[in-house]
Amino acid sequence: MKTARALYGLAAEFTTHEQLLAAARSACAQGYKSMDAYAPFPVEGLPSALGRKRSLVPLVVLIGGIIGGSSGYFMQWYANVVSYPLNIGGRPLNSWPSFIPITFELTVLGAALFAFFGSMAMNKLPQPYHPIFHAPNFERASRRTTRSSTRWRLASFSKASVRAPSRRCRCENAARTFRIARARRRRVPSRYVQSAAL
Amino acid sequence: MNTDASLPLEEIRARLAGARGREYWRCLDEIAATPAFEEFLHREYPAGASEWRDELSRRHFFQIMAASFALAGLGACTKQPLENIVPYVKQPPELTPGKPLYYATALTLGGFANGVIATSREGRPIKIEGNPDHPSSLGATSVFMQAAVLDLYDPDRAQSVLRAGQPSDWTTFVSAMNAAMQDQQTRRGAGVRILTGSVTSPTLRAQLAELLGKYPAAKWLQWEPLTRDNVREGARLAFGEVVETHYAFEDAAVVLALDSDFLSTHPAALRYARKFADRRRVKQPDGASMNRLYAIEPTPTLTGAMADHRLPVSSMEVENITRALAQRLGIPAGVGVTSHDDWLSPVARDLEAHAGAGVVIPGESQPPAVHALAHLINGKLGNFGRTITFTDSIEPAPANQLASLRELVADMQSGAVDLLIMLEGNPVFDAPADLNFADALAKVKTCVRLGFDDNETSRFCHWHIAAAHALESWSDARAFDGTVSLIQPLIEPLFDGKTTHEVIDALIRQPGRASYDIVREYWWGQGWPGFEKWWRAALDRGVVANSAAPPRAVTLAASAPPASPPPPSKTEIIFRADPTIWDGRFVNNAWLQELAKPITKLTWDNAALISPALAQREKLQNGDVVELKFRGRSLRAPVWIVPGQAERSVTLHVGYGRARTGRVGAGAGVNAFSLRTSDALCSGGGLEIVRTGETRELVSTQMHHSMEGRDIIRSGTLPAFMRDPNFTGKEKEPRPSREDTLYHPDEFKYDGYKWGLSIDLNVCIGCNACTIACQAENNIPVVGKHQVSAGRDMQWIRVDRYFRGGLDNPEMNHQPVPCMHCENAPCELVCPVGATVHDHEGLNVQVYNRCIGTRYCSNNCPYKVRRFNFLEFNAGLTAVQKMAKNPDVTVRSRGVMEKCTYCTQRINAARIPAEIAGRKIRDGEIVTACQAACPVEAIVFGDLNDPASRVAKLKEQPLDYWMLGELNTRPRTSYLAKLRNPNPELTV
Amino acid sequence: MSERPEPPYEVSPLGYPARLLAPGETYESVSDKIASIPLARHPPRAWYFGFLIGFSFFMLLLLGVTWLFMKGVGIWGINIPVAWGFAIVNFVWWIGIGHAGTFISAILLLLHQQWRTAINRFSEAMTLFAVACAGLFPLLHLGRPWVFWWILPYPDTMGLWPQFRSPLVWDVFAVSTYFTVSLLFWFLGLMPDLATVRDRATNVWQKKIYGVLALGWRGSAAHWHRQQTAYLMLAGLATPLVLSVHSVVSFDFAVAIVPGWHSTIFPPYFVAGAIYSGFAMVLNIVIPVRKLYGLERLITMRTLNNMANVMLVTGEIVAYGYLIEAFMAWYSGDVFEEYMMKNRAFGPYGFAFWALMLLNVVIPQVLWLRRVRTNLALLFLVALSINVGMWVERFVIVITSLNRDFTPSAWHLFIPTFWDWAILAGTIGMFFMLQFLFMRLLPMISISETRELVAEPEKAER
Repeated sequence: MKTARALYGLAAEFTTHEQLLAAARSACAQGYKSMDAYAPFPVEGLPSALGRKRSLVPLVVLIGGIIGGSSGYFMQWYANVVSYPLNIGGRPLNSWPSFIPITFELTVLGAALFAFFGSMAMNKLPQPYHPIFHAPNFERASRRTTRSSTRWRLASFSKASVRAPSRRCRCENAARTFRIARARRRRVPSRYVQSAAL
Repeated sequence: MNTDASLPLEEIRARLAGARGREYWRCLDEIAATPAFEEFLHREYPAGASEWRDELSRRHFFQIMAASFALAGLGACTKQPLENIVPYVKQPPELTPGKPLYYATALTLGGFANGVIATSREGRPIKIEGNPDHPSSLGATSVFMQAAVLDLYDPDRAQSVLRAGQPSDWTTFVSAMNAAMQDQQTRRGAGVRILTGSVTSPTLRAQLAELLGKYPAAKWLQWEPLTRDNVREGARLAFGEVVETHYAFEDAAVVLALDSDFLSTHPAALRYARKFADRRRVKQPDGASMNRLYAIEPTPTLTGAMADHRLPVSSMEVENITRALAQRLGIPAGVGVTSHDDWLSPVARDLEAHAGAGVVIPGESQPPAVHALAHLINGKLGNFGRTITFTDSIEPAPANQLASLRELVADMQSGAVDLLIMLEGNPVFDAPADLNFADALAKVKTCVRLGFDDNETSRFCHWHIAAAHALESWSDARAFDGTVSLIQPLIEPLFDGKTTHEVIDALIRQPGRASYDIVREYWWGQGWPGFEKWWRAALDRGVVANSAAPPRAVTLAASAPPASPPPPSKTEIIFRADPTIWDGRFVNNAWLQELAKPITKLTWDNAALISPALAQREKLQNGDVVELKFRGRSLRAPVWIVPGQAERSVTLHVGYGRARTGRVGAGAGVNAFSLRTSDALCSGGGLEIVRTGETRELVSTQMHHSMEGRDIIRSGTLPAFMRDPNFTGKEKEPRPSREDTLYHPDEFKYDGYKWGLSIDLNVCIGCNACTIACQAENNIPVVGKHQVSAGRDMQWIRVDRYFRGGLDNPEMNHQPVPCMHCENAPCELVCPVGATVHDHEGLNVQVYNRCIGTRYCSNNCPYKVRRFNFLEFNAGLTAVQKMAKNPDVTVRSRGVMEKCTYCTQRINAARIPAEIAGRKIRDGEIVTACQAACPVEAIVFGDLNDPASRVAKLKEQPLDYWMLGELNTRPRTSYLAKLRNPNPELTV
Repeated sequence: MSERPEPPYEVSPLGYPARLLAPGETYESVSDKIASIPLARHPPRAWYFGFLIGFSFFMLLLLGVTWLFMKGVGIWGINIPVAWGFAIVNFVWWIGIGHAGTFISAILLLLHQQWRTAINRFSEAMTLFAVACAGLFPLLHLGRPWVFWWILPYPDTMGLWPQFRSPLVWDVFAVSTYFTVSLLFWFLGLMPDLATVRDRATNVWQKKIYGVLALGWRGSAAHWHRQQTAYLMLAGLATPLVLSVHSVVSFDFAVAIVPGWHSTIFPPYFVAGAIYSGFAMVLNIVIPVRKLYGLERLITMRTLNNMANVMLVTGEIVAYGYLIEAFMAWYSGDVFEEYMMKNRAFGPYGFAFWALMLLNVVIPQVLWLRRVRTNLALLFLVALSINVGMWVERFVIVITSLNRDFTPSAWHLFIPTFWDWAILAGTIGMFFMLQFLFMRLLPMISISETRELVAEPEKAER
């Protein structure tokens, strides 16, 4: 099982999240486009360091809210005025004050559903497999090791970097850098990846 | 779940396995006698253990039992009788399915007839209405008449001819009778006794005459537990002969009731109530007039509740007061002064002022002397011939029933009685305790009973013949004024029941004739010209024209009867007819059992009614069981405190505490008859009350008796009304205007029909007839004592009763409360599924199919008129009981809300022909069940858009008001405020 | 509970417990502490004990519901006029308890209250379970539960719709929305921790199961970015939602015309009451649990103290609600309102009213004392009294108002039956059963957020 597999990307590992941030900035400056960083909790500034733009989530939520609310009121109006008008205690068919609570609730519901599933979709989750899982000890991301407490990784998946030999990737004070193999999903458990690395 | 239930169930199944056909009854009866079953029937459920609260398991059990009961009946039940009977309104060539047929007939109580029109659906009598042409019904009904239908379908009815408890048959019985009478031939019938109730039937009278002619030594004896002996003896005292007294309340401006409940228990109560009420209706202030009613009574009655002035005194004092009154009016009566002079003198003056336009009416339970005095007073006031007329006794052979019962018992004791024929009645239960009727009865060689049910007396009978229900029989009877009604069947006897005529005929000739022939031949023999036409007309109208007894002159005795000994100072006991089960004959009628008694609002029980003062003195609470010691006998009874009860009087309603009766009546109440002795049939002094420390759960449908200062029943006095017509009516405070809303006020216009109801509290006597009529019309289930105590009674129209004023003599007001059909209905707004909505005619309709049972509507109903099926209340229905259901009305199932519909089925019944004829529904064409039953026409239904309609006019009146109108529910049901007409001398 | 003594805590200059996190905690220590609980082979013995009790009461619930469906709601004490009984009381009570979670997670998040970190996951779970319990009752209390879905808008063959003017329909939308949003919110926060547990799992099955639950979360910056935005968004949405839900529940009463229900004070005072009881319930669970699992260093006294403060505030709002109700009854001069108040205090259910005053207004005043707020036993008892008190409050509102409303002739008492109590006890059992399962299977404190505290200690001391 020692045969190296097709290269998927490069990854570097850092001991503190400050180093990660710095590395991310410089890599970004060097023009690395499709990069990502892996951290055990959200690190402030990391997304911008990687050159990410504002998230689209808020827009999606707004749309969800509008759809939910308008359909909510429409449903009540349609049911009472068009579909099956009834004399309920002498109240008018379109008793709008009574329709507000449901309209509100459906607004919130719509927005919430869009927020959750929107963000999940944009994150391409659920996604049970990802090559980065091959990174050495990736699964032990936050467990005590001999060298540093927590691993902070910067990975590049750009063709450029793949062509370039890893030592040309100038990642200062990276604990270690290594290549990530593009493995076929079912085979290659992550623990074999190490051998594929440099 | 219900282990006690399962035990007899197993048994039954096991025993029924082998049995078939007739055998069923025996097995079931035997099983019904097992202790396990008795225990199960009478089980008191532990309070709080809720799963016992519902009686489903018990109902299931009955279902299985009674399904088999039904088998025999079902064969015959939908078959029309062979004899020609005549529809009342229309005469279809044959029965059209879906079309009701109406037949005029009559129901009797205590011998006197009330004309009814019975509705028949596909051959099943399902509803009773009054016959407008009948002099003592005038189209109204009493609770008993309404409930008669349920008796017809009672699965506990006597079902066949029994010989010593074993099934036999009619022919065997007839031949047995034949043999028995043969023996009597030689002795001229000396060993034969016939015991009946009060008899007014001309046919039966003729038959008995024939029988006695054939067997001169035989004796015919009469006994009614609630006997009118006092009336008869009173007449004898006053006039030297027995005459019937008739009161014309239509002409009476002042009425004094001496312990008389002429509005509810008098044989002509329906007529009297109507005529009395007609004198109280007030429309406009100008020239308004009302009669004035004084009541002197020991225990609150409906009459007392209607009174403008009520004087609670012990039953014993009434005679003294009457004497004092007579004295005042110039009749030497022995007593000059009483403790109530300040009350009496104004009354006397009032009566004198209205000489010739007054009525002094004594009650059946007052001794003959009081009746005689009353006659003297009426005579003195010149009321004879004006407000009071006399006829010969309506009973062809009036007897002193107590005496005749004594005679019978003596004969039986001496062993002189070989053959005793009892036509209905239950003397073992209701004869005076001191006569030991049962012991005497055991000495009779052959004892025959024609009975509707298997009761205490049946146990002693060698022959028990199942009696036919009035709706199953041919007969005839006289109204209180003597008018004859022919009684015609709507259905063949469900359980081969026989009539009194057939039994008597079987004694006379062989083989006995059918009652149709007996009755018809009797009248044919009367030689009416054009008999067929006459017969048809009589059946058609339900009354025989001009058969009323003619008025006659009487000669008044010169002097008052001698004074009887003064009342003992100790506590007295009073025996009264039960307001809902009468003398016990209706004890197995679930509608009447569950019907709240007018004053006490008790259901499923009787109690010793005591005054608040007495309760205070004896430290008694409602439901405390006391031991009543009276003349060497004693009875344990729970007490119920009744405001307005005379301080030293304890009232017991008779008829409860049955030892042997159907499933419904079993275990209900205590037996007042066991204290009742022949020297104290109506009341007696010297009662002792001993606290026992026990309590018994008494169930009342109304827990709270004060209006808490709310404007629910509006009332006032006639003078106040004449001063300011708006003093209490709709103008008292302005009604919320249509504009008081966020919304467009006239979102919905009701420009077609606009149904509405008006209830006149001024004439409502609180008799409950509306409640029962509604129950019968709308298939309202009975829920049983425990459900009522849980607050789940189902009646759609309830009669609320509020007290006002002091505990000892409060003002009592009644208010029937149906659904208000609010235009801004709070209930509709909160229903999550739109199961209660408004239709285009303003009905608040309940859609049973859509209801999911959130009960929110009931919470939001300020009138609390909605009823909920907390459990499957219709589960226990036997096949026979199902026949009583109205096919036009849904039978509601578990988990569904229901309420008054304004009898929507009747609205549609009127709408269809109207639309076919392309006309509008005429005013009065729709009569709701409650309206039809009401004796005083207090309830009027109609179209508010038709200014000419009665209801629209009533709502124009100044006295019209909305209950809780300030909530802006805009109810379609409105009330006319209650007025009283006090005597100014007494009010100051 | 284990016998470990409560560790001494540092106090701020004002003398309040200072630290949100015991000193010396590191990424590993917190991760180990929290993640080890679901991964442990055996839970502590006390867990089995608690779970079994909850489970047995849950069985009682099933029994009660079976009998209920067989016989109908008649097995309860309800009647006319008291057509709503324990079912609605319990419903409102549970919904109220279910308010703490979202309040803590959402509103405190927006307000940057770091102390929420220790308890938010926990109370969110509690919210879900409480709402689940509450959700049962609208079904159970129906006369015909088998057609409950007629309340929902769906294409009906008869063309019928729900009656949208009815607060009960509003309830359906409000409660289901609330449940959904709380669930999403909860899961969104849970995902990274599930990933952590997945990564730390050694047992292959645990690996697989948590791996599936984590949906492949790998903590990439992009993931964190979107997750954080969505989380904030949901918080923003949940904030008005949490306020609206109990307002809508209060409409069930406020919209009706029944004296004692028809009142404009209801929405705010219901919401306050909800948060009141919610925090009480969180305390009643947290206090034993942190002892049981030795989480004193993560759920510090400062957190408990702050929760006590929140209870104190909401408690005063609720008390104000009671006061205003009484005042308006007098001030309105409305005969029905006046009588309603009289009936509450001195009617047949007067005992409940005074019990309510004692449990909900008088006793909680001891929270003014720091000594009580920082004394676990006392704090636990006060919270308990508040939970009971809030149930009694709903009893007073529902039963006492109904049993004597407009028409005196119809007045009737409500007497709870065995089945009323059984079903109440049953839902409590169900609630704790679910709670115990949650503590066994999922990280009950947010690992990632606790790490943030470790990363930026100064935040913690804010």
